[in-house]
Amino acid sequence: MSRVVTLKINGQDVSGREDETVLQVARENGIEIPTLCHLEGLSNVGACRLCLVEVKGVSRLLPACVTRVSEGMEVTTHSERLERYRRMIVELLFSEGNHVCSVCVSNGHCELQDTAIQLRLDHIGMPYRFPVRQVDASHSRYGLDPNRCILCTRCVRVCDEIEGAHTWDIMGRGINSQLITDMHTPWGESETCTSCGKCVQICPTGALFIKGKSVAEMTKRPDFLPYLAMMRNRKNGS
Amino acid sequence: MSKKKIATIWMDGCSGCHMSFLDIDHRLLDLADLIEIVHSPIVDHKDFPPDVDVTLVEGAVSSDEDYEKILKVRARTKILVAMGDCAVSANVPAMRNRFTPKALQEAVYLAPNMANPQLPHGTVPILLPRVRPVHEVVKVDVFVPGCPPSNDTLFYVLSELIHGRMPDLSDKTRFGA
Repeated sequence: MSRVVTLKINGQDVSGREDETVLQVARENGIEIPTLCHLEGLSNVGACRLCLVEVKGVSRLLPACVTRVSEGMEVTTHSERLERYRRMIVELLFSEGNHVCSVCVSNGHCELQDTAIQLRLDHIGMPYRFPVRQVDASHSRYGLDPNRCILCTRCVRVCDEIEGAHTWDIMGRGINSQLITDMHTPWGESETCTSCGKCVQICPTGALFIKGKSVAEMTKRPDFLPYLAMMRNRKNGS
Repeated sequence: MSKKKIATIWMDGCSGCHMSFLDIDHRLLDLADLIEIVHSPIVDHKDFPPDVDVTLVEGAVSSDEDYEKILKVRARTKILVAMGDCAVSANVPAMRNRFTPKALQEAVYLAPNMANPQLPHGTVPILLPRVRPVHEVVKVDVFVPGCPPSNDTLFYVLSELIHGRMPDLSDKTRFGA
């Protein structure tokens, strides 16, 4: 049984189990921290850095999704500095890929778009890169448009941790990182993909979509995940 | 009070933002005593006039003509408004950025189904290597995302600016709206 610790978030006294993260304890107490790569029911990787928070006595910013709470900790989730960094992160995501909201299947149902609104972004300050990325439409039911991918790795994790197929992975490093299926073979030829569609439903943008959906028609249904993860844990006796 | 001089220009965009602007409809008449539209695709005036108070810019910077136009407009405008996603983010026009202008022109003008395939020479503006949003070329004072921004949004922006206020668009429009 884990110990209960007490800490302060934004000056408010809160408590949580010592094996919980700052993000979990914040959300349990109704304190919202923006996230993109985090999804309840999957492991946390701290990829998007949107959940960065200030912790008193620590000079660098810490991602709330992978930082455990501890006794006496003092956390700040919203400040001018954090807002500036969060806006910068989202601007970098927009300038890195080719995010054309107006013609995207997920227009109006996109977590990246919603985050931009939440952070009051009205333009992207960094110069756009306009990378050349190929669409993979080889799967009979689903499509991958890497132009809209933010490399959150939710699809990689849901495929590995929940479906148990591990079809998805990331190839390359840094700015050259890209999402691949199997050994960088076309998705439609994948020997591991079960076509379950979990990756599509939990993708925060229009990068993974159901074929035949037109502009703004692709609504995602990620709600299955916490239940599935819970049942999986129960079956494993943890 | 003298009337505010308003202009609109159209670069690489589909004219949808201008349609939305016209869709302000009878409310434009309410503003008629306060503004004078001195230059616009819908006004017969060739050269861009000096001392314009507010210019609404539709479209991305795509050709040598757009580039020269936006430099001149910026120099002659007090408040420059990027109207719509093409001006704000380069949007759909920028989808050609993965091709060179040469490859693009050959694909379009020398397509097998063209009746008289030939490359344009001197008759159309020269394409820049990359389509860019307006703020990557000149300073932009107000950003109005949306594809297109709604008539209500544009009416709000115009009303605020002619009364000397800066519009707050955070809850009114978004990329792709």
